[in-house]
Amino acid sequence: MLLKTFKHGGVHPEENKRSEKSPIRTLKLPAIAIVQLSQNVGPPSEPIVNKGDKIQVGQLIAKGKAFISANIHAPVSGTVTKVDDAPDISGYRKKAIHIEVQGDEWMEGIDRTPDLKSEIGLSAQEIIQKIKESGIVGLGGAAFPTHVKLMVPEGKKANCLIINAVECEPYLTADHRVMLERGEELLVGTRILMKALGVDKAYIGIENNKPDAISHLANLLNGNNRIEVAPLKVKYPQGGEKQLIKAIINREVPSGKLPIDVGCVVQNVGTAVAVYEAVQKNKPLIDRVITVTGKSVSNPSNLLVRIGTPVSMLIEEAGGFPADASKVINGGPMMGKALNNLDVPVVKGMSGVLLMPENEARRAPVVNCIRCARCTTVCPMGLDPYLIAQISEIGKEEMAEKERVMDCIECGSCHFTCPAGRPLLDHIRKAKSKVGFLIRTRVK
Amino acid sequence: MSSLVIYVVVSLSLMGLISAIILFYIAKKFNVVEDPRIDEITAILPAANCGGCGFAGCRNFAEIIVKNESLDNMFCPVGGNDLLKLIGPIIGQEAVEKDPMIAVVRCNGTYQLAPVKVDYDGLTSCYFMHALSSGENGCPYGCLGGGDCVIACTFNAMYMDKETGLPVIIEDKCVACGACVKACPRKIIELRKKGPKNRRIFISCINKEKGAVAKKNCEVACIGCGKCVKECKFEAITLENNLAYINFEKCTLCRKCVAVCPTNSILEVNFPERKKPVTQTEAQEA
Repeated sequence: MLLKTFKHGGVHPEENKRSEKSPIRTLKLPAIAIVQLSQNVGPPSEPIVNKGDKIQVGQLIAKGKAFISANIHAPVSGTVTKVDDAPDISGYRKKAIHIEVQGDEWMEGIDRTPDLKSEIGLSAQEIIQKIKESGIVGLGGAAFPTHVKLMVPEGKKANCLIINAVECEPYLTADHRVMLERGEELLVGTRILMKALGVDKAYIGIENNKPDAISHLANLLNGNNRIEVAPLKVKYPQGGEKQLIKAIINREVPSGKLPIDVGCVVQNVGTAVAVYEAVQKNKPLIDRVITVTGKSVSNPSNLLVRIGTPVSMLIEEAGGFPADASKVINGGPMMGKALNNLDVPVVKGMSGVLLMPENEARRAPVVNCIRCARCTTVCPMGLDPYLIAQISEIGKEEMAEKERVMDCIECGSCHFTCPAGRPLLDHIRKAKSKVGFLIRTRVK
Repeated sequence: MSSLVIYVVVSLSLMGLISAIILFYIAKKFNVVEDPRIDEITAILPAANCGGCGFAGCRNFAEIIVKNESLDNMFCPVGGNDLLKLIGPIIGQEAVEKDPMIAVVRCNGTYQLAPVKVDYDGLTSCYFMHALSSGENGCPYGCLGGGDCVIACTFNAMYMDKETGLPVIIEDKCVACGACVKACPRKIIELRKKGPKNRRIFISCINKEKGAVAKKNCEVACIGCGKCVKECKFEAITLENNLAYINFEKCTLCRKCVAVCPTNSILEVNFPERKKPVTQTEAQEA
């Protein structure tokens, strides 16, 4: 049988899923949790606690005021020591709430029993409201507030939901383990999302390198034809929204449009489980599963981590910092960004911590473009990366805009495949940020 | 045969004549009267087209001067006061003397004073490095060493010092056009008064972090202690967001603030040597 996949471009990097057999372990609580106030797309949330306040797990500590923003809840119990700057994953210091951990007291009303609650009592509006209150954001990595995605704009209609369980990034296995260990919860979460959107068809897109997850979910579904497991060919970047939609339901999202324009909403596996916990168990988003892995990591693990735990603790739990590791990446090797400080706290959008050895982390020497057009072949958005990179180098933003630079999903396939080692994605990102600035000033 | 030659000569002459008449009338009708002074001024302008005056090139600068018939707020940083004195008589106006300016790099985080903590292995462009992280030495305000300013400089007045990792401005060549100021994503470079005998004092840091945090990354960071503010008798120094700033209009170059700065973040340039050594950093700047 031919497996479904997206049509244009794509690469197949070495998978290196070293941690896929390692069950999810719960990490111990940190001594001090630092909860960043800007964890998601949109403006930072506003703190509503002060120095000296006693707080419990699950208590609301920062409110998202803007349309695209999310609430933040206390991931630990204890005392607020200060509301001050702390380094975040970007390397810059940003405002954060520092909590000294004392015990593990949870707010009343949070159901911590492992029983499965499959009856959905709330209406669609109530579900979205609940998700908004619980501060749930997309756990795939972009951290876009989930409730905003579920509020379908007027005049548009969603007719299918896609659960993104592709996990096409090499090394990462967090979503894979969640599917195996929390399959039932995932399916209930999917049904909740379907109800919130008012759709009666959902697909779970899984790449074929996770056959155990595919069969496990298919068994659990047991002939339920509203939710369908869609096995996909292994190809990066299949986890990109637009690629996934093309692969599963063969609809193409036009340039500059959103998935909702083709009647589709994509949510990550982790997000679906978080939605289940919020709606059925009343538990806000305070922890997430993170893969800690790397070629030389002695114990690659999938850890259930509270938000605000320092990254160094995660590495400690996975067997310590290997002697030859030279680069720590937040996320996967293709799209992740390097961290320059190991004391930075875990945020909602962090899906993996990857430790790369020196020889792997070094970039290849850059030579001249040899016009092999491999970057054009692999670009999943049909762009000409070599051309945009050249335009970016000479600083012609208008030209880059005409070459549809804003369509770039920053998957890094072009840079990965370039035999000349050219930093294509770097140049494209630079052009993208400059063109973005241009567009914003034009609107004003 | 000879008649053919005559036909050709006559017809071509006729066509030429008619075209000449048409062109003559069109030239009359669409004649643009241009002030000859524009050409005169353009001829003496430096023709660097750097945009340092704030206009689109030298000719545009000349056009604006002639249009307004005044030299108010018009200054060509390349030509300076000497040039304005030449332009003055052309439009019949007295040129107002302006203090010459120079670009200064307000960061002294050299490899020695602000050690590199992480190794950056990507695109060498400050714009990109700034967007990506806080830089190799960890200071989120300090110089990234990517050299965007050097590329922007059209007068070859800057180069990157390999020893320190900071850009150096060649005083004789810098005309204060401001191209480097615009190129720097962190706004480290500032245009300041060149000063008498090229002497100037400035705070070589723009870090707005709290003292302890700033000091952690860089030995010569301004920690916002306020000692210089108290020492200054001319109210030239202000302290805002943990960062002191010396107003070059008020500064009298008394050098008292340099002596009290606990982190040596105030630099003095082109001063004669003092009896006792005060800063270890001034040697690097000179």
